[in-house]
Amino acid sequence: MTEQRKLRLLVGKVGLDGHDRGAKVVARAFRDAGFEVVYTGLHQSPEQIVETAIQEDVDAISLSVLSGAHNYLFPRVLELLRERGATDIAVFGGGIVPEEDIAGLKAAGVLEIFTPGASMERIVEWVRGHIRPRKL
Amino acid sequence: MASDDRTTPTAPPRASRSRADWGRNTLDRALRRAPERPVEFTTVSGLPIERLYTPEDLGPGWDYHEKLGYPGEFPFTRGIHPTMYRGRLWTMRQFAGFGTAERTNRRFHYLLEHGQTGLSVAFDLPTLMGRDSDDPLSRGEVGREGVAVDTLADMEVLFQGIPLDRVSTSMTINAPAAVIFCMYMAVAEKQGVPFSALQGTLQNDILKEYIAQKEWIYPPRPSLRIITDLMAFCCRHVPKWNTISISGYHIREAGSTAAQELAFTLADGIAYVQAGIEAGLDVDEFAPRLSFFFNSHNDFFEEIAKMRAARRMWARLMRHRFGARDPRSWMLRFHTQTAGCSLTAQQPYNNVVRVTVQALAAVLGGTQSLHTDSFDESLALPSEEAVTIALRTQQILAEESGVANTVDPLGGSYFVEALTDRLEREAADYIERIDRMGGMVAAIEAGFPQREIVEASYRYQRQVDEGSKTIVGVNKYVMDEPRRPDILRIGEEVERGQLERLARVRETRDPHRVRSALDALRDAAVSGGNLIPHMLEAVRAYASVGEICRTLVPVFGTYREVSVL
Repeated sequence: MTEQRKLRLLVGKVGLDGHDRGAKVVARAFRDAGFEVVYTGLHQSPEQIVETAIQEDVDAISLSVLSGAHNYLFPRVLELLRERGATDIAVFGGGIVPEEDIAGLKAAGVLEIFTPGASMERIVEWVRGHIRPRKL
Repeated sequence: MASDDRTTPTAPPRASRSRADWGRNTLDRALRRAPERPVEFTTVSGLPIERLYTPEDLGPGWDYHEKLGYPGEFPFTRGIHPTMYRGRLWTMRQFAGFGTAERTNRRFHYLLEHGQTGLSVAFDLPTLMGRDSDDPLSRGEVGREGVAVDTLADMEVLFQGIPLDRVSTSMTINAPAAVIFCMYMAVAEKQGVPFSALQGTLQNDILKEYIAQKEWIYPPRPSLRIITDLMAFCCRHVPKWNTISISGYHIREAGSTAAQELAFTLADGIAYVQAGIEAGLDVDEFAPRLSFFFNSHNDFFEEIAKMRAARRMWARLMRHRFGARDPRSWMLRFHTQTAGCSLTAQQPYNNVVRVTVQALAAVLGGTQSLHTDSFDESLALPSEEAVTIALRTQQILAEESGVANTVDPLGGSYFVEALTDRLEREAADYIERIDRMGGMVAAIEAGFPQREIVEASYRYQRQVDEGSKTIVGVNKYVMDEPRRPDILRIGEEVERGQLERLARVRETRDPHRVRSALDALRDAAVSGGNLIPHMLEAVRAYASVGEICRTLVPVFGTYREVSVL
């Protein structure tokens, strides 16, 4: 573990949704936990998210969606990663996602979805347990 | 009683004459016997709260007439109307909008039939961003968080059967607010209702978009020009319309403290008034049509104090800083919504109680209208049952609880007055800093309010994670919950249907009329003429929101965020 390089995470706001409180709090928590964080800013298309993730050599993409468009946006990002041959970039996220939708998103390849009330500590611990540096 | 006798065997108890006296006589002994709970006594925003408030906390110079006055009189601390809710209850205005215009129209009729007294329209994200439903970035978002409006055709359906001269309508839209307002005027024309009879509110507060809600198109300065054009147009043609609802709500939802919400909202207000004056308008001509919109969060007294401080501060700003002479320019009228961000997905029925406390704070704070959140909003869009409970909450407060029987019932409470003064001081400090930076537009360009909010929200989230701030059901009293209430879902067919309607409108409208209206709009943007009549003409020609907004991009540019972490 000690020889591994720092994890590099992209924190992204995808789609038109401007609610960035959660994304920013999580990005700060990742930084304070010692991860390298790339924050995309707002209003990114799935294409832009994937492009940034590849350019920045991140280990995982963490997306925040509070607008209800998660069932389109998450699968679209995964699809684009497949098209670019970058399936080793993990995708997880959070937002207002009804429970019934979580299983479908996981089946589509999203590793984890955190819903309102998840603590920063829990999210950071999850990342430590589940995200590994990619072999670049 | 017996124990009191034992602890004071020699001297008979005597009444303390000061707080220090009380400490020696009574308090210290009590604290030795039973210390206070080991928690921080602070507001949800982190302001320290004392054990007790007495006249000593108001300070020697505290003057009733200067600080409070009488309701309906300067500085309006106790309320803007002499009789407040004895005269007329607040307007119960539930925000609604989802899916198609047809479905939202049915919800409007439902709410009006159940005693709601005003309409409030929620638009979907593409509309809020000035984009059409067939824009690539709109994919997956059409009709989800509100109603999709692309052209006048959608707006005609949305207000079908609703007489626009008899309802007041609030429209929560900002970057493309002027376009949507032109659509509303065009519907009125078709109903035969004169513009002068229209009543309602356009949110139209672009500054808080850059600060908090992040739905923008153009940079701040051209955006302010559209707003002053609208203010000028409404002064002449739509005199009963509230042109801007200066909103702290979203600032608070983004994680600010109560004092920041108060400060940044008033600073935005100052910027709009300044812009109106610089555009050559008389302050007393447009200021009476400015209204405000605050959040009502969990901390009961802090919220009440914030609302009372807001009224007093605005009255003084308008009168002394801007020289307004019409008392209506001094009055801070406001809408309140309970705090969406305080609702929990865990044990969602607890939200009914949170909303009740927050709504009560808004009423005791003297709000003019109120939206109570539905308990299931932390899960999805509100269901009809949840909306009804939220409306009933207001009706119970208004007609059962007795709180509407007298004006400003908490006025004169040592605690509430001291807290009102404290919030005023905190907010005044911020406003001074923003003034020194050159006003709110410059402060936004420097990322100042954005950074303050990110800091505050991170601080609060850490307190929640550490457990020093309690959220029932989330970090305390947690349970396993198998059952979820039924939620409202928006199906894929909404997006498909909306795309079809937009395509149909594009096929059947007169393309030459659209083209010439958009050209005239662009020319006006370049030449500096008032944009509103040209937008209205484009709307009448069934130009879409996206087409109208895009027309101005080559002239005005687009905004790129100063990204603050």
